[in-house]
Amino acid sequence: MIKAKDIKEKYIRSHPSPFCPGCGGGMVLNSMSRAVEESEISKEDIVAVSGIGCAAWIPSPHWRVDTLHTTHGRAIAFGTGVKIGNKDLEVMVVSGDGDCAGIGGNHLLHGARNNIDLNVLMINNGLYAMTGGQVAPTTEHDEKTLTTPYGNPSSSFEAAEIVKAAGAGHVARWTTYHMKELTKEVKKAIDTNGFSFIEVLTQCPTRKGKKEGMNGLEMLQWYKENTSEDKDSDKIFVGTLSEVDRPELTEQIYRQIEEVGGDLK
Amino acid sequence: MKEAGEFFMEGNIACAEGALRVGCGFYAGYPITPASEVMNHLSEELPKAGGRFVQMEDEIASIASIIGASWTGLKSMTATSGPGFSLMQENLGYAVMTETPCVIVNVQRAGPSTGQATKPGTGDVMQARFGSQGDYEIIALSPNSCQEMFDFTVRAFNLAEKYRIPVVLLADAGVGHMRENVSIPEDVETVERRRPEGDEDEYFDTDREDHVPPMPDFGDGEELLVTGSTHLGDGTRDTSSFEAQDRLVRRQVSKIEDNRDEIEDWEEWKIEDADLVVVSYGSMSRPARGAVKKARENGHKVGFFRPKVMWPSPEKRLREIGENSDVLLAELSLRGYRMEVERAVPPENLHIYDRLNSLPTISQVYDKVTEVVK
Repeated sequence: MIKAKDIKEKYIRSHPSPFCPGCGGGMVLNSMSRAVEESEISKEDIVAVSGIGCAAWIPSPHWRVDTLHTTHGRAIAFGTGVKIGNKDLEVMVVSGDGDCAGIGGNHLLHGARNNIDLNVLMINNGLYAMTGGQVAPTTEHDEKTLTTPYGNPSSSFEAAEIVKAAGAGHVARWTTYHMKELTKEVKKAIDTNGFSFIEVLTQCPTRKGKKEGMNGLEMLQWYKENTSEDKDSDKIFVGTLSEVDRPELTEQIYRQIEEVGGDLK
Repeated sequence: MKEAGEFFMEGNIACAEGALRVGCGFYAGYPITPASEVMNHLSEELPKAGGRFVQMEDEIASIASIIGASWTGLKSMTATSGPGFSLMQENLGYAVMTETPCVIVNVQRAGPSTGQATKPGTGDVMQARFGSQGDYEIIALSPNSCQEMFDFTVRAFNLAEKYRIPVVLLADAGVGHMRENVSIPEDVETVERRRPEGDEDEYFDTDREDHVPPMPDFGDGEELLVTGSTHLGDGTRDTSSFEAQDRLVRRQVSKIEDNRDEIEDWEEWKIEDADLVVVSYGSMSRPARGAVKKARENGHKVGFFRPKVMWPSPEKRLREIGENSDVLLAELSLRGYRMEVERAVPPENLHIYDRLNSLPTISQVYDKVTEVVK
């Protein structure tokens, strides 16, 4: 296995880390880098697209690949243009839960419907962390956040289940406790010719841990104890939720160009 | 794509044909009246020309994807009307900030809000210039014929590529749905974005006189940092320093301001001896020009001025005209270009003919001309 020092040298730009102590963002960056290292693709072929929020800063500017740091919620839509523009590029979208399932929810649905060959990592910390810890579409019912001081009157939804229902080719869920499994799943996403969606439950010790009296390590411990790869368990399921073979959008568009005799620009 | 020749053609189709002729490689859009014909036509013709066509889930996604595609090296375009143009504003600013060449066609309709979808209006003129947050300059072209729908689409792509900026083709339903003769030439002038040359290694700053840095593609191995946040010349985000914000925003504004002479374009007729100059643009400028002609035939000293490029506005020429004659602004809007003309023309010299919903006849504009001409 490649050494941490070599991963850092090859994949990480030497900017000061913007992440709080104990944040899971750096772990995700490590996992993505290792997945690319273990895959067939070269990092020159990767375009990392992100939106706004803490998770958007995981690739931009820290990942040493082409990066496109976009507007809030729109990473999947920008990534769609990149992928259709050049099908040989491997597009990785890194998006927080608010970015991906809140403001960008419509693009998430249609990316999955199109089954376009993007690899989407939804970094789910259960709230809007960068702006202070407001309630998100992934916050549990009754949970207290900055803007739900009396408890969340609404409820969360299961983004992974929705993406699965919308037709994505590959859907999975892991946590930052499961680094090896996550790396393997990201590699599977790269290998999948279709829309891959990996929900990564990620600790936010600053906005969430503090409220619940847990530090980063204790939050990882919580993930360990409250998740299971057994679908029948009452715990949070981690693993691959779905793999289906459906037409991939970019391939279909390129096929049609060829069929009508277009000389691809 | 049509062969070279003369065609009787709708304005929106002429726009699509211009895009095909100049080498558009990517179109993304969402249906909206009165702009849909641009997309309908490209859905059939663009793949045959080797370009990629995709209908997106909304206008926000449409402009997002053309920006993404532009970074793969393709000339990219979307077309919409007022409601969609409003949705695009945030990402239009993103294209300005990241210096991404792209073309946004706005076939304006009567607003505000849903307004009258099939009726022409030019109430989006200020929005095209100021609609996104922060300090920026932009280029917007205003066609008044089907021929100009073709020609200005070509020019919009060329300006976008040259200055690394989003360019708005600010059409209106009058010219978009008009049908008339269009001459399609064998070849059109095409401009390609400047690629890195020599020892240039910064893609978001330059000391060149034109202020335009070179632009590589994704996949070139440049490890590009593209961000809508304030950034340094190498793309690194800098969200706090005075120097980064000051240098970046000033250079981006200068890109348009210092290249005005190359960008500006207008039509003028018999201004030198005129007591009154009619200023008009877009489809409204057709009956307005007719009214000026009629006034001259009847011995009135009336001239005509039409900005073909609305932004940057021809403010110097407008000021000269306003100092030497009265001005009648004729527009399909109450507030379209008015503040810009008011800025250049002394209030005692300025007269307004504003109209909503539909084009006036030549006689209707003529009546107003003879009412105000001294």
